[in-house]
Amino acid sequence: MPSIQAELTGVPAAKQRAVRSSLWRQSMRKLIRNKLAIAGLVVVISMFLICFIGPLFSPYTDSKVNMSMMNRSPNIHHWLGTDKLGRDVLTRVMQAGRISLTVGIASMFLSVFIGTLLGAIAGYYRGIVDQIIMRIADLLLTIPSLPLLFIFGALLSEWKVPSDYRMYIVMLILSFVGWPSLARMIRGQLLSLREREFMQATVVLGLRDRRKLVNHLLPNLVPLLIVIATLNIGGAILSESVLSFFGLGVMPPTPTWGNMIDTANNMIDFQERPWLWVPPGFSIFITVIAINIFGDGLRDVLDPKQRK
Amino acid sequence: MGAYLTRRLTYTILILLAASLLIFSLYAMTPGDFITGNIKLSPERKAELRELYGLNKPLLERYLTWMNQAFHGNFGYSLDKQQPVLTLFNQYIWNSFLLAIVSTFLTWIIAVIIGVIAAYRQYSWFDTLVMIFIFAAMSIPSFFIGLFLIKILAVDWKWLPPGGMLTTGSNATGIAYIREVVQHMTLPVIVMTLLGVGSLTRYFRSNMIDVIKQDYIRTARAKGLSERRVLFTHALRNALLPAITLVGFELPALFGGSLIIERIFNWPGIGQLYMQSFTVRDYPLLMGFTMFIAVLTVIGTLLSDILYHAADPRVKL
Repeated sequence: MPSIQAELTGVPAAKQRAVRSSLWRQSMRKLIRNKLAIAGLVVVISMFLICFIGPLFSPYTDSKVNMSMMNRSPNIHHWLGTDKLGRDVLTRVMQAGRISLTVGIASMFLSVFIGTLLGAIAGYYRGIVDQIIMRIADLLLTIPSLPLLFIFGALLSEWKVPSDYRMYIVMLILSFVGWPSLARMIRGQLLSLREREFMQATVVLGLRDRRKLVNHLLPNLVPLLIVIATLNIGGAILSESVLSFFGLGVMPPTPTWGNMIDTANNMIDFQERPWLWVPPGFSIFITVIAINIFGDGLRDVLDPKQRK
Repeated sequence: MGAYLTRRLTYTILILLAASLLIFSLYAMTPGDFITGNIKLSPERKAELRELYGLNKPLLERYLTWMNQAFHGNFGYSLDKQQPVLTLFNQYIWNSFLLAIVSTFLTWIIAVIIGVIAAYRQYSWFDTLVMIFIFAAMSIPSFFIGLFLIKILAVDWKWLPPGGMLTTGSNATGIAYIREVVQHMTLPVIVMTLLGVGSLTRYFRSNMIDVIKQDYIRTARAKGLSERRVLFTHALRNALLPAITLVGFELPALFGGSLIIERIFNWPGIGQLYMQSFTVRDYPLLMGFTMFIAVLTVIGTLLSDILYHAADPRVKL
């Protein structure tokens, strides 16, 4: 109701902008008061900073093979030890973090984009378009996602995608598997929104479809979308790590947290050299838990009704 | 209800038909096959085997053969294990089921207890601790926690066996056999319970929080009932009721095994069977398994909806 208030109290138009944004400001204030969520955010941001800026300060970024430094346990020069090629594990964990975090965020954007687009179209236009989109989503949801991921991973190897490009395809794969449930959620939300009074008002005003959808329906979805998107990053990071762990995602020499844990498949590395595979595992865990806690705090603030 | 069921069943069958086509095409797209991958065979022998297994026929024909056989209860013949797919499923599925039923049972018990206490003491330190635990449990990469616990509990401390279902070369029977299996399943069950307990605890906690705020709880308290009675008879029952819908969703997990956990713990279940078959591209088995999970998923969803209606007649189907 802020705009009506503004009119009643006769606040000049210039100030109305500030009044309108107060819902956001209120939410921000509420969020800052949630200590756990802020702690999560701080951890996520530090993880990003460490992974993206950290390697710049490392003397071992060239990932040169160093035979004299093979498989050393953690020591003063190599805080997390070295791997079988004599590379510094800490530097590799940070470099892997760049890839894992990038893949997580990019595939989140992609699946949220596809999911929102298709869900919004289905929910808004109903009829035959809705039927087609939702039946495809139903179909994809009946097929278990891990076998689906494995098949795509195997295809990736067959096409001999160069290691550098594999991460982009992995993003595509993850978002392809992720969009149906998102589309379903967005559609459900839209179906309930389009019955609200403010949508009747847009009909009375004679607005065009595009304007109804873009200016009136989608802005109401933004809080939900922010929450879904945040929580989705964690899921995408986990899926990428599973795929890479089984050697079907991003492959060495490009490091990711998942394919670094792959060294645990080697019996001796697994038993004798835990510094090779434990740090990336904990990196995944800490990042995902922080994202989930922050996302949950966001949900409390932005979308209290969806609380589960 | 009758009309709804007919409509719903028709749709289920249609979706499954579409799923079968999709699954078939996906595996047909997957590079390599069982015969190409085997370097021991001569080219002539390979061609001969292709002919024998019908791998050189057009895709559509192969699909139709597969479906036709499936409708007659024959899901094909595993190329790798040289046994009918259904026989193999029957051999492996019960091992998976054993893990799944025990961990599901534990998950539900723990989730209900912790969820109820946390809800009752909302915002207490216990509740905060539970919330952190929930997030931790939901954020663990399953394969990593498996490896990590094997390393700590089995390799370093030697408390539990690292994997498998029996000690290699063991021919224990009777009580000794049971003991051995229990020892071997402890670690995978712990991991599976840990992975599942987070979201379920959260679910029960929020259900309970909603129920405690209801008017009938205030009425029960106003009648002078003991707090225990209010909590367990009046609140808990109503908080548990919606969970009945989750039973259906557990179905694929109960019989479908867990690809990752069984692989990590080398458990002879159906998930492990799938992972092995994937490396050698044993298509009849891969297709059979994926289709089996799809069927379970669809049935589970249907079951959930029906149970939901049974539990709460206000819900229209």
